[in-house]
Amino acid sequence: MGSPNSKKLKILIADDSEMNRAILSEMLGNEYEILEAENGVQALIKIQEHETELSLVLLDIVMPEMDGYGVLKTMNQRRWIDFIPVIMISAESSSSHVEKAYNMGVTDFISRPFDARIVHKRVVNTILLYAKQKKLMDLVTEQVYEKEKQSGLMIEILSHIVEFRNGESGMHVLHIRTLTDMLLHHLVQMTDRYPLSRADMAMIGIASALHDVGKISIPAEILNKPGRLTNEEFAVMKQHSLIGANMLENLPNHQDEPLLKTAYEICRWHHERYDGRGYPDGLKGEEIPISAQIVSLADVYDALTSERVYKKAFSHEQAIQMILGGECGTMNPLLLQCLSEMADSIPELLENTRPTWERSQQEIADDLLHQNQLTASERTLQLLDHERMKYSFFAAMSEEIQFEYNVSPPMATLSSWGAEKLQLPETIADPLHDKRLVELIGEENIRDLTEAILNTTPEEPVMQHECKIQLPGGPRWMRFICRASWSEDEPPICTGMIGKVVDIHETRLKIDSLSYQAFHDEVTGLFNRRYAKRQIVERLETHTGSKFALAILDVDKFKTVNDTRGHDFGDRVLAYAARRMQQSVRSGDIVSRIGGDEFLIFLEYKDNLEKAVERIFSSLMGELEGFPISFSMGVAQTDAVGTDYEVLFHSADQALYTAKQSRGRYCFYHNSMKTEDSTISLIDKHSKPKTPADGRGRKS
Amino acid sequence: MGLKECYLDIGGNYEDVVGRLYSEKLVRKFVMKFLNDPSYELLESSLKAENYEEAFRASHTLKGICQNLSFTRLQQSSSALTEALRSGFSPEVPELMQKVTADYQQTAAAIRKLQVEEGAN
Repeated sequence: MGSPNSKKLKILIADDSEMNRAILSEMLGNEYEILEAENGVQALIKIQEHETELSLVLLDIVMPEMDGYGVLKTMNQRRWIDFIPVIMISAESSSSHVEKAYNMGVTDFISRPFDARIVHKRVVNTILLYAKQKKLMDLVTEQVYEKEKQSGLMIEILSHIVEFRNGESGMHVLHIRTLTDMLLHHLVQMTDRYPLSRADMAMIGIASALHDVGKISIPAEILNKPGRLTNEEFAVMKQHSLIGANMLENLPNHQDEPLLKTAYEICRWHHERYDGRGYPDGLKGEEIPISAQIVSLADVYDALTSERVYKKAFSHEQAIQMILGGECGTMNPLLLQCLSEMADSIPELLENTRPTWERSQQEIADDLLHQNQLTASERTLQLLDHERMKYSFFAAMSEEIQFEYNVSPPMATLSSWGAEKLQLPETIADPLHDKRLVELIGEENIRDLTEAILNTTPEEPVMQHECKIQLPGGPRWMRFICRASWSEDEPPICTGMIGKVVDIHETRLKIDSLSYQAFHDEVTGLFNRRYAKRQIVERLETHTGSKFALAILDVDKFKTVNDTRGHDFGDRVLAYAARRMQQSVRSGDIVSRIGGDEFLIFLEYKDNLEKAVERIFSSLMGELEGFPISFSMGVAQTDAVGTDYEVLFHSADQALYTAKQSRGRYCFYHNSMKTEDSTISLIDKHSKPKTPADGRGRKS
Repeated sequence: MGLKECYLDIGGNYEDVVGRLYSEKLVRKFVMKFLNDPSYELLESSLKAENYEEAFRASHTLKGICQNLSFTRLQQSSSALTEALRSGFSPEVPELMQKVTADYQQTAAAIRKLQVEEGAN
């Protein structure tokens, strides 16, 4: 990968002895960049990190944590062994060890004691061998692939033609192809006027074979007429270029193939001339595609030098002379220059012309090896590198903790931003047993996360989990969003996961506080009316055997407080009242501010309700900043009115109404109040608009 | 005493090591480094703790280093101990360890002597 000159190649030395690593580094450090690992796990971490840039691993066998065989096993599993050569450097030299290592894909073996010259030679040889092998492999693969694809297409076109009639002389087609290739290669060396890629040139060469397909529908008498053609016959003959083009145009498939387009250009315009005097369209100069111009020149040369029924063959020199002299029509001056420059080598090349399919793979590979074009596999690796660069860039920009976890060998990788945030290393071996990581996430959370991941499926591999983890700055709520990787096995096995951890602390707190606000009164911190009702209804429904009482309280003369001391003081009175109420009830009881200066207390009682109510009521009396505070209170009990909330509330409200007649006292609801209430309600109708079940809107 | 004499004391092969590493300076550097290598201490402590797996690895590492430095005598004794420890404890281990200890101490003493002399120069 890359140019070997631009950067030192990287070698990983995995050996538990620092001394041995130092000796090897000393021997290789001048030419190579040395990475070191002191055990197998570290070695795997380094290989993973430098996967695409590592040229060689020097591997010891006996090492702590994980031995050399363990490293080789994983290198086989991850297919790293296919492109990263390994040389054993163990002190184990028994043949069983060596054989086992070779079977696991080791390339070579350096025994101890290390000899600087031998180490050096082996390393260089192995790296070169791998590089060459890899390049050849890529070249052949790509070449074979292209060939198969194109010959498939060729076969289809040609069989289409065969339906018409048998074709031309085989040699003519081959000569045209050879000449076309030669002219093209020379042309691109001469000038950069025509931006032709190697693939374009190959395509023109292949397509040139089809230049005369249209002749298939020209009558044989005209095609094979020994003498000069009459004007009418020539007119028929000239039709072959258009006919060929039409044939290609009417081909049922592959209309989008570049090869077909190129073949079309060549068929239609290979009799055009640079001065516009050719046929069928009279195109001029560069209006004629360069493919057609070149094939045209090749066609003329081969026609001149071949024997035909109507003429003898001209010599090579004569033919060149005639073409350069314009005897066959005007040609592109650049192409003529091209022809004259390479003229001398033409006869020999044509002599050696063979069908291209006879070229061996070795020749193809050799041919291509001399160019510095990138092969498909190298491109893939470069793309991969590019993707990684992009990934780590965006990971750094996103300010997210991103991670990757691999089950075997157990290894976790963190984005650099994430590692910094968590104050953990970017790579963690055996993370589930890493003390710092376990402390940070918490054992219970790890269990939950593991369970959540194992509950995903190959079809739906994504899961989310929210939990509080111990970040360096203190505990915070985080959301894990993970995608599991499942193997192809049956049943599938979880091989790891990727994911990110998002800080949701602020949002989570906001939601908590919003839900608190939704249930509580802002001034007093008591339950609000809606929530209190919900709680009471629930309790009435679930504790059917119990006895409950509901009290509604009203701060006496609250309107006066607001009017004389202002609303801030009014609020303080409410908060004071709320505090007193909470202090005077038991923890299971419900206290709520239900609006304005009205409060509600809901309590369970056994026998002596009167005593409990008396106790609560008397404890509420007090004073705030010189202002005496007292309440009026109405009480209704389930014993008397049943367990319907609305009835209970309404009854307490009626009792309160009675109590307020002389303030500072409490009343229990009893049946006689029904009439009392309605009478009073009627009397007070104008001054006190009142909805009985509500109790709002009254101020004493 | 020079490096060559030091190798005599150690029971090592001076010509061999210089032949392989091509530089007396380099050999000297690694010989000095030998004193900092923890393998012997690890061998000693893991034998005491009866951790024979660890002891095997330590002995193995020591042997490898001796091979590279051509400390022939210590290499031979540590090699014998390594083989005795290969499948855990065996009766000959204590005796072989005694030999390794003696050889190691002699080796370390010779290197220290060289160190002192060179420091004095």
